[in-house]
Amino acid sequence: NEEGCKSKEAEIKRINKELANIRSKFKGDKALDGYSKKKYVCKLLFIFLLGHDIDFGHMEAVNLLSSNRYTEKQIGYLFISVLVNSNSELIRLINNAIKNDLASRNPTFMGLALHCIANVGSREMAEAFAGEIPKILVAGDTMDSVKQSAALCLLRLYRTSPDLVPMGDWTSRVVHLLNDQHLGVVTAATSLITTLAQKNPEEFKTSVSLAVSRLSRIVTSASTDLQDYTYYFVPAPWLSVKLLRLLQCYPPPEDPAVRGRLTECLETILNKAQEPPKSKKVQHSNAKNAVLFEAISLIIHHDSEPNLLVRACNQLGQFLQHRETNLRYLALESMCTLASSEFSHEAVKTHIETVINALKTERDVSVRQRAVDLLYAMCDRSNAQQIVAEMLNYLETADYSIREEIVLKVAILAEKYAVDYTWYVDTILNLIRIAGDYVSEEVWYRVIQIVINRDDVQGYAAKTVFEALQAPACHENLVKVGGYILGEFGNLIAGDPRSSPLIQFNLLHSKFHLCSVPTRALLLSTYIKFVNLFPEIKTTIQDVLRSDSQLKNADVELQQRAVEYLRLSTIASTDILATVLEEMPPFPERESSILAKLKKKKGPGTVTDLEEIKKERSSDMNGSAEPASVNASAVVSLKTVLISVVDEVWKFVCKNNGVLFENQLLQIGLKSEFRQNLGRMFIFYGNKTSTQFLNFTPTVICSDDFLNYILCLNLQTKPVDPTVDGGAQVQQVVNIECVSDFMEAPILNIQFRYGGTFQNLSVKLPITLNKFFQPTEMSSQDFFQRWKQLSNPKQEVQNIFKAKHPMDAEITKAKIIGFGSALLEEVDPNPANFVGAGIIHTKTTQIGCLLRLEPNLQAQMYRLTLRTSKEAVSQRLCELLSEQF
Amino acid sequence: GCLRQQPGKIHFILLFSRQGKLRLQKWYTTLPEKEKKKITREIVQIILARNQKTSSFVDWKDLKLVYKRYASLYFCCAIEDQDNELLTLEVVHRYVELLDRYFGNVCELDIIFNFEKAYFILDEFIMGGEVQETSKKSAVKAIEDSDMLQETVEEYMNKPAF
Repeated sequence: NEEGCKSKEAEIKRINKELANIRSKFKGDKALDGYSKKKYVCKLLFIFLLGHDIDFGHMEAVNLLSSNRYTEKQIGYLFISVLVNSNSELIRLINNAIKNDLASRNPTFMGLALHCIANVGSREMAEAFAGEIPKILVAGDTMDSVKQSAALCLLRLYRTSPDLVPMGDWTSRVVHLLNDQHLGVVTAATSLITTLAQKNPEEFKTSVSLAVSRLSRIVTSASTDLQDYTYYFVPAPWLSVKLLRLLQCYPPPEDPAVRGRLTECLETILNKAQEPPKSKKVQHSNAKNAVLFEAISLIIHHDSEPNLLVRACNQLGQFLQHRETNLRYLALESMCTLASSEFSHEAVKTHIETVINALKTERDVSVRQRAVDLLYAMCDRSNAQQIVAEMLNYLETADYSIREEIVLKVAILAEKYAVDYTWYVDTILNLIRIAGDYVSEEVWYRVIQIVINRDDVQGYAAKTVFEALQAPACHENLVKVGGYILGEFGNLIAGDPRSSPLIQFNLLHSKFHLCSVPTRALLLSTYIKFVNLFPEIKTTIQDVLRSDSQLKNADVELQQRAVEYLRLSTIASTDILATVLEEMPPFPERESSILAKLKKKKGPGTVTDLEEIKKERSSDMNGSAEPASVNASAVVSLKTVLISVVDEVWKFVCKNNGVLFENQLLQIGLKSEFRQNLGRMFIFYGNKTSTQFLNFTPTVICSDDFLNYILCLNLQTKPVDPTVDGGAQVQQVVNIECVSDFMEAPILNIQFRYGGTFQNLSVKLPITLNKFFQPTEMSSQDFFQRWKQLSNPKQEVQNIFKAKHPMDAEITKAKIIGFGSALLEEVDPNPANFVGAGIIHTKTTQIGCLLRLEPNLQAQMYRLTLRTSKEAVSQRLCELLSEQF
Repeated sequence: GCLRQQPGKIHFILLFSRQGKLRLQKWYTTLPEKEKKKITREIVQIILARNQKTSSFVDWKDLKLVYKRYASLYFCCAIEDQDNELLTLEVVHRYVELLDRYFGNVCELDIIFNFEKAYFILDEFIMGGEVQETSKKSAVKAIEDSDMLQETVEEYMNKPAF
């Protein structure tokens, strides 16, 4: 508004005036005294914190650091902390001042210096002081307040630059600070130790028993014992929470005495929750419950005392109905992790009605969100139908911000606990109806995968989508699912005159013009499938394909599909049509891509899944796939490895044999041969351990893009023996037929059980387009004639790249021959260049390819040019070959 | 294994008025100035939009915001998702108590005109995002000890007005 603008303008004017004034004072002939300097630096800071830029005054602030007056020094440090930039000149001066203050033995000056280091927390600061601070921390004569600052300052530096904080003698002395008289020192030290212990659990193992005894003394103390460290009648809540947090870095204590003492502590904390409050103030209950929730976290982390777990669950159950919103929120959140423990899963389930009620009545969206999370976590076969129904209900009115997540959760639960797949199909269609915009690709891909894999549900699915498509305004995602399913299984309902072929077609086509390009492309594929399924409507479909709006469509993809499908329907015999447009083969069973998506959305470790946690725990205990100490990050990375694909295809572009993959358990070797459009690959699986692999299942997954109706690559394998003895090797043969040119290499997925842990890995199989090369010798004249013929800009693809290997002509020649093309000598006028030619053989067509590689030794670069009759082939071959030099 | 990355750590603390004016900002994570401004704007908006009956916690990116209103000022801390929310509320309360004890029933104007003191008190209480001294006596004593030089009324008046 006008007035706001005016006052804003006035403020800026006033501030500019003030800045000019300060600048003139700093630049003036008269040297300013410390007091004035402090005053003006303070003003600058004030202006900066109002949101204005400050580009001077740094030097004056640095000058204040060396003042002997505390308030001047203090303002100097504050300015540096807030306005520091990596001005190298100043950093040297600042570090000098800090060094002096650290050595001053004046505890207040030392405190200011330590605060400044922690506030800036840069790598430069760590380089300068990370060696010094541990000494101050453990020196016998350091004051308590300085020790506290030193501990937290060191923690800050360790977080920014762990490599600069070397472990050493001081670490054991830091652990003993847990015994310090001064509770403030213990509090600060516990924070430091917790972070250090996460990365170096062995080194700080002794902290466990010390933490337990300290905790025990606190929880059993009378509320006045700890004097100033008692907060609203709760003894040392901050320290208690930190100790409980530290203990969460370790498994339950091994020493039975320590373990017993800890169990007593936890029981005491749970007991206190039932006692009447010592004060009506919210601070009292917050502090008390903060300790209680942290204790419950530790109980869940240990997951070893069924009795404590069930008590924790009952306590949280009480909070679910508490009048304080905060407590209800936290109880829902905490119960989520309890639900994933096998000991307390059943106890959590008893609260289902309360949680559903929360979903319906809570007024705060963050609380409802927690309720959704908890319902998801407590879901199993016994309550899945109820929970999914409630989530769908909630979805109708849910906040837009959480809809996508609810959709994913519903889709996962519906699939996981479907006994009856008609229920699953109904659920997903409901999802699309209620929240179509939030149904991602992964979700509707998945429903199609499942319908294709289960013939008992195909007829039902066809009938249901047909009915759903009757709605005058249905979501585009429904058109996609409907189009795909009717294209595959429309014949199953075609007997009913109400859903005759023509009616099905007209229904789908009535949606066509309202849809986006990808959906229209999918519908065109449905139409060509209809040509095969329902010969009686072939001419109707051909008429549609032939119309100008299709054949002359501005979109290249749509136009190409229309042209190709029309041609296919005209020239192909019924047999060929039936083969090409055959029903999709079942998809290989694998982890739901939706689950992967939810993990990605929530980050690893936050998707609570009982089985997965069990899996993780067992691998944790055996430490099988990872080196001895499985720490947090290893578990996380192990999880991500499970769903990512190892891609070493480039290593095999120019060769056919070698080791494809190797880890501590398994080695995979390859031997392959190719002739024209056919090939055969021998895969050797070697068990490197002395233990049997069980349920050993390698599966070749052809292409992720299953919307490719016509398979480009036809792969056939036989299953291998599911047991692989220790030290043994098994062999698998893959017969390969290249049907048409393809881009993506197929994926080999291997699952097996090893010593009680489930192993799952995916590797790309190096079956690349160039494997189907036949070399073609030709004269220089022929070569250039053909080169000219392929001069359409779309036929040529060029790449200029830096050499990754030494530029050796002989090796380069060998690689081009290994790539599959002929190496044509004396063709290029420049003898340093390499020229090749060959034909890619596919079942449907042959594609002539010419290539030219020009090295530039001086620049250590190459220029690679590919010319073929097909843009995509030029592109792919260029990609593959560029990786090799 | 312990899955928590930075237990206990507060990432930043913001104090702002009901009109959305930022009164104090303390960052325990190094961020560019531009980013800080963006985050501040976003968070002030989120929290001012919430009504009174809601919980004191908001999921924000991969962090959690814990906030409470005292008179005309909102105090907001950003903590790790796994962190102890209730105790963070008491961190805020303890800070308010420390300000109260120093200023004697603190009000927004105290923090505007003595912003440096508000920062010093916070520094005594929290360092690098971790609670340093929970004892009220020790924390305030440190400030009072150092407070040998009181500012004059004249100095107050010299500061730019709002």
